Amino acid sequence: MAHGGVGPAGRLAEGHRVTTTVAADGDEKAARTGAGGLPARAKVAVAAGKVTGAVSRAAGRGSGAVIGGRVALRLDPELLGRLTTGRACVLVSATNGKTTTTRLAAEALRAIGPVASNALGANMPAGITAAMAQDRDARFAVIEVDEKYLPTVAEQTRPKAIALLNLSRDQLDRAAETRMLAQRWRDGLAGTAATLVANADDPLVVWAAGLAQHVVWVAAGQSWQEDAWSCPQCGGVLHRPDEDWGCASCDFRRPEPAWALEGDALRDPQGGRVELTGLRLPGRANRANATTAAAVASLFGVDAQVAVKRMEQVTAVAGRYDTVRYRGRALRLLLAKNPAGWLETFDLVSGTDHPVLLSVNALSADGTDTSWLWDVDYTRLRGRPVLVIGQRRLDLAVRLQVAGVDFTVYDDVDAAVDAAPPAQIVEVIANYTAFQQLRQRVGA
Amino acid sequence: MTVVASVPGAGAVSGVGGESALRIVWIYPDLLSTYGDQGNALILAYRAAARGHRVERIDVRSDQAVPADADVYLIGGGEDRPQRLAAERLRRDAGLKHAVERGAAVLAVCAGFQLMGHTFYDEQEGILPALGLLDVTSHRGSVRCVGEVVADADPQLRVGQTPLPALTGFENHMGTTLLGEGVRPLGTVRIGNGNGAGSGTDGAHAGKIVGTYLHGPVLARNPALADLVLGWADGNPGPSPVDDGWHLRLRGERLVAVGG
Repeated sequence: MAHGGVGPAGRLAEGHRVTTTVAADGDEKAARTGAGGLPARAKVAVAAGKVTGAVSRAAGRGSGAVIGGRVALRLDPELLGRLTTGRACVLVSATNGKTTTTRLAAEALRAIGPVASNALGANMPAGITAAMAQDRDARFAVIEVDEKYLPTVAEQTRPKAIALLNLSRDQLDRAAETRMLAQRWRDGLAGTAATLVANADDPLVVWAAGLAQHVVWVAAGQSWQEDAWSCPQCGGVLHRPDEDWGCASCDFRRPEPAWALEGDALRDPQGGRVELTGLRLPGRANRANATTAAAVASLFGVDAQVAVKRMEQVTAVAGRYDTVRYRGRALRLLLAKNPAGWLETFDLVSGTDHPVLLSVNALSADGTDTSWLWDVDYTRLRGRPVLVIGQRRLDLAVRLQVAGVDFTVYDDVDAAVDAAPPAQIVEVIANYTAFQQLRQRVGA
Repeated sequence: MTVVASVPGAGAVSGVGGESALRIVWIYPDLLSTYGDQGNALILAYRAAARGHRVERIDVRSDQAVPADADVYLIGGGEDRPQRLAAERLRRDAGLKHAVERGAAVLAVCAGFQLMGHTFYDEQEGILPALGLLDVTSHRGSVRCVGEVVADADPQLRVGQTPLPALTGFENHMGTTLLGEGVRPLGTVRIGNGNGAGSGTDGAHAGKIVGTYLHGPVLARNPALADLVLGWADGNPGPSPVDDGWHLRLRGERLVAVGG
């Protein structure tokens, strides 16, 4: 398949300012294999996937999307490629922020046409396939991809753009080590025709994007730096004066960004500033996500002002940042899955003195080793009421004791919420399955 | 070298008794801190403060020299490449060796445990020399050992008159470690693998050096082990005056969860 549409071709040196414009795929491909034109086998697969999905939904097993996608992929392993042929695809991957950035980029691209997306965060091939089968007509697709599957999904969907936000330690008992993931991205994306939109402030991301032909660097920041002291190129020690970074032993260093998050505004490659204060998603991390989403949208000709205006409409993403009333309190639901995520979340709540309710599980989707709790700086919660629940509340209790934080442990969310002062906002921070359980319980 | 002021939790105030601080060195957090290893440093500092010590925690990055004159050294877990880099740098730095000769206490976990031995195995470069401070030799096992571990501690190890209770932790490694004549196993494994599938033991100790494959971090699940190491460092063999209620509940829950 042709990749047409990538503007000024040729290798872009690190730090090059890029204003590449990527057009949506031409009519030719759409006519050949687009929405209506799936081969018979693929049609059967899509139909079977939908039936399975419907059966699964009827049986009360979640949305049914993943199981449907799995069945469909078994019937036609090429299905994801077929379902994305004829569309301009954007992939988004990272340790943190990929669901939100996917949502923001999709909103921005809707300025120029319908966008298909796996908006609920089902980010492995089966879930992505199901989402693409659900919406066969949209010209654009913005797809969240699990870090481990990025090279595979990139090969199948042949995206126009790939956003790489960050890489840090997450679920080490089951995921590959962080640097191995960066290496896998680097090798897997070496020959991609996509334009990478990559975080210049994350050395592992810069390493991962290092062999790609077209890269737009975004200074999106990096709060958590504990996985980025060792040079991915030579193993030397990275030096990080202020925002800059570079290896003391080799030539690996921060590329010059074309886009940047600067305080409450983004700076585009022409030096224009767009205020991000109107975003309803809170915090520095979401301003960074919006900056990356704007850089992605601009590849398709969407002006940054327009993109940000559209992103301002997003209030919650798959329940995250949602505020719900429950037992006479307002709960703000925040997801934090790993040390980097907790750090960004503490930034969010640090401006308030609201009580904080923490919930930590260690099911297989969370990683069953809770050692990571000790990488999180819980001293940031000193001086405010801290309520602790979750399957691993005792691990958290020990952690908080050693951090010098006053806390109270409860057996369930109802008991904890009842203990918070009435009519107050409670900041709820939970890791992955704890978050899902909370959402179900409080009806978010 | 970063001197991290130790801030004890509610309770003890640092700086009361000692004219000289109890110094805790964390070796190479930039390379060997993959599995919450900072927790061991935090717990030692917390308990040392409760014992009345002024505590100084010193984080030594891998381009810095390891001081030879501290009291406790921590060396933690890491993947293949960081372990190889750490070995290269530590072999050129005599700081830890001199500290051990002076009688400093060492807690070494996972990759750090392997580095204390004679040799370890690297996927790319094969058998590589380690520091030779413990009489153990590590190899590549055939299976990845991931999950909860319960081990009965060596009955010779005591805090005061009390033998160490069962050790609980989480392992995640591919190592197999063979113990030489010069060490005793830290524990006899009841659940999990420890020093490799079928080994029957976890970790090793000799003198004031103790190594283990257990994360959790190990001292969060086993505060008595922290007191053992602190007793080696300050000569006070008794337990730290800390309310261990949450530690004990956590231990109890973990032991029940795995049927130990």
